[in-house]
Amino acid sequence: MKQFKNLLTVRRDNTISYGIVILAFLVIQGMIASGNISSSLKGQLVPICAYIVMAVSLNLTVGILGELSLGHAGFMSVGAFTGIVVSTSLAAAIPSAPLRLAVSMVIGGLFAGLAGVIVGIPVLRLKGDYLAIVTLAFGEIIKNIINVLYIGLDENGLHFSILQQSFTLAEGGRMIINGPMGVSGVEKISSFTSGFVLILVTLFIILNLVHSRTGRAVMSVRDNKIAAESIGISVTRCKLLAFVISAVFAGMAGTLYAMNFSTVTASKFDFNTSILILVFVVLGGLGNIWGSIIAAALLTVLPELLRSMNDYRMLIYAILLIVMMIFNNSGARKRLLEWRSARCAARNEKKEGA
Amino acid sequence: MTFLSHLINGVSLGSVYAIIALGYTMVYGIAKMLNFAHGDVIMVGAYISFCTTSYLGLSPFVSVLFSIFVCTVLGIVIERLAYKPLRQAPSLAVLITAIGVSYFLQNAALLIWGSSPKTFTSVVGNWSVRLFDGQLVISGVAIVTILACIIIMLCLTLFINRTKMGTAMRAVSEDKAAAGLMGINVNTTISMTFAIGSGLAAIAGILMCSAYPTLMPTTGSMPGIKAFTAAVFGGIGSIPGAMLGGILLGLIEIFSKAYISTQLSDAIVFAVLIVVLIVKPDGLLGKHVSEKV
Amino acid sequence: MTTLEVTKLGISFGGLRAVDELSMKIEKGSLVGLIGPNGAGKTTVFNMLTGVYRPTDGGIRLEGENLIGKKPFEINHMGVARTFQNIRLFPKQSVLDNVMVGFNNQITYSLAESILHVGSYRKKEREMRERSLEILRVFHLEDSAQTLSSNLPYGKQRKLEIARALATNPKLLLLDEPAAGMNPNETGELMDTIRLVRKKYNVTILLIEHDMKLVQGICEYLYVLNFGRLLAEGAPEKVLNDPAVVKAYLGD
Repeated sequence: MKQFKNLLTVRRDNTISYGIVILAFLVIQGMIASGNISSSLKGQLVPICAYIVMAVSLNLTVGILGELSLGHAGFMSVGAFTGIVVSTSLAAAIPSAPLRLAVSMVIGGLFAGLAGVIVGIPVLRLKGDYLAIVTLAFGEIIKNIINVLYIGLDENGLHFSILQQSFTLAEGGRMIINGPMGVSGVEKISSFTSGFVLILVTLFIILNLVHSRTGRAVMSVRDNKIAAESIGISVTRCKLLAFVISAVFAGMAGTLYAMNFSTVTASKFDFNTSILILVFVVLGGLGNIWGSIIAAALLTVLPELLRSMNDYRMLIYAILLIVMMIFNNSGARKRLLEWRSARCAARNEKKEGA
Repeated sequence: MTFLSHLINGVSLGSVYAIIALGYTMVYGIAKMLNFAHGDVIMVGAYISFCTTSYLGLSPFVSVLFSIFVCTVLGIVIERLAYKPLRQAPSLAVLITAIGVSYFLQNAALLIWGSSPKTFTSVVGNWSVRLFDGQLVISGVAIVTILACIIIMLCLTLFINRTKMGTAMRAVSEDKAAAGLMGINVNTTISMTFAIGSGLAAIAGILMCSAYPTLMPTTGSMPGIKAFTAAVFGGIGSIPGAMLGGILLGLIEIFSKAYISTQLSDAIVFAVLIVVLIVKPDGLLGKHVSEKV
Repeated sequence: MTTLEVTKLGISFGGLRAVDELSMKIEKGSLVGLIGPNGAGKTTVFNMLTGVYRPTDGGIRLEGENLIGKKPFEINHMGVARTFQNIRLFPKQSVLDNVMVGFNNQITYSLAESILHVGSYRKKEREMRERSLEILRVFHLEDSAQTLSSNLPYGKQRKLEIARALATNPKLLLLDEPAAGMNPNETGELMDTIRLVRKKYNVTILLIEHDMKLVQGICEYLYVLNFGRLLAEGAPEKVLNDPAVVKAYLGD
């Protein structure tokens, strides 16, 4: 029964949970207005939003679909650089920054989704660890390709080349992506509010999806592929659908993230970033969307909180990670709970006896 | 002639990958886990060798032995402390723990040895062999690496197939519970596997840093990922597969660097892996296990 | 009318001929048993009928339509549903959800409606829920609707699998050892349920079973497989007294 309750946490009335997210946003806004927030934490707000969206979207692949992906940052990267190109190109056409950000995000998300289709069609047939290594490989390939990409903009439009800059820009033109140097001079149009809106949109869509026939079909693929096929569910279609939706949101998070920094390089979205997001998902609980949010927020802030420990903070982070995983999974937690309930029972007995 | 020299470099780099991949594949075969911290054991091995030669002035040979010893112990300790409590846990939990161990090793190395790169002095020395009137130069490191790889491969195959411990390992990799019922000490066997894998990682780290002498706390992670790729490439769990995968990976990397593009060489390596897996979903020498309906 | 027609079906795994020259003709609305000693190839036949394995030769037709080469989910869309010898439920989902997912292709709405919960979403979800509960009532599982399916006792898990298969609105229902692991009481109850299901859902049933009481009690026609070949067929009382069949089961 206990286990079933855990399952139900995903299902409980979502309005309350949306309320909590909105409340958290308002509280932080209030803290910003009253100056009660450290500048380093303030600088972390947009990345936290991006990581939350990343974690929630990865949870769709890992928790709901049940396939391990180690290349989620690759889709973030596609979204980030597409978003930068779009927003730079549209700087004159759309003067309003929030609107331009929204358009960039949508296009960034679509391109990431396209990458998801390209990656997904061949690799989703693979099983378990093989799928994991191939997603890892794709993440690295995407990073590598963006590293040799040159894109410039002038009055004649966009210019592309690969490996070296083989075009010259007309006067007044500028380079957007400059190979391994990445992008510099990005106009920072992301804001905490836009990040918050993106979180809400992501939550709305992914939670709705989970509680629909499509979501049930995806979960049935996770639980037993052969049984799912036997009741008329196309495993390939379900896998691809969940994977691509997951990629779209990773792309949008990428755009949000990129527009928060003036310089961005492809190496920001490497294997380590993919792993970081995966850690959020696993610690938050597989399939538990709210857990992903909390884990992403806390674990991004944690190294900041440990700042006083200086050099030791990443070491402590690593130890905490190991200890948490062991505690959650080794039965230590179960024993603790049993010990507590036994003690409660003993106390009650004593009371009754007296 | 340049082709031949690239070929030798490729096989040499591939031998390093193969030695690392052997550790990956053995641990995967027995514990069914992706040990992402394996790459960082390589780094520790290289640092230990570096310190014992540079600071203590030990001979390269002794430093190699000492480094193997330290890494073997490290492997056993990691397994006992971090992975053993998680034997029954979902594989993803073990994966994340392995990542935690990897962070731990990298950051501990950062604290101990600092972030500035150390220049590793080759344990093999700087000799080389000149063939064809000096048109083809083969470095001593390359020769030693390839030889080491062949010897390790032979010893390991003999060990796995001919010794009692090796039989126990194969049994545990097939079915832990059944092996336990047959009187095999599963814990000892798993410890032994980690010990061998980590000892091999030390050798790989020293050989790699002898050829590419920059040593940093993150030195192990990329070769670790590539060796993991190599293990999957050859069919994870298969020892000849790890060997084949490692060597092929080294060759592809060196040839694409030489003839296509240095910047894209990693992308090419990974692209080949993807193509291989799409054609042969269980890797080159992997066993196909189909689900019974 | 013939629901299922199997002609000269055969499959080889490497050199092993698992099923050979099997022909069956199953009339609409009938309740047919497929029996035989362990390893006779019965489940392999089911796997070929549902597209899990592709036969090496022979033909399978469902109401005249060819099934060979179709994928398992397509075969289900055409009207074949099954249960599994080793139960395959969706363990992390509730009993109700296990059945609701069976309605995936019966009651549909678009992806946009899934994502936005607009349009016919609410109406269709309610319909799915009600019809699922209706099926659960047939199997006396309605009280466990919210239970995690893996927490059900074994016998109920077998029933839930049948319920889930029925949700896909099959013409032909394949049951792989539905009574395995059940006690005589449960088996008796299951026999009633199978009869009821056939009438209520107007479905043709082919079942694999070792429990001869069940086979004799509900099957109208039997096919006996031995070493992948058809050993006998006909009415249960005739087939079960056939010396060749007795010999196959009991040995010499």
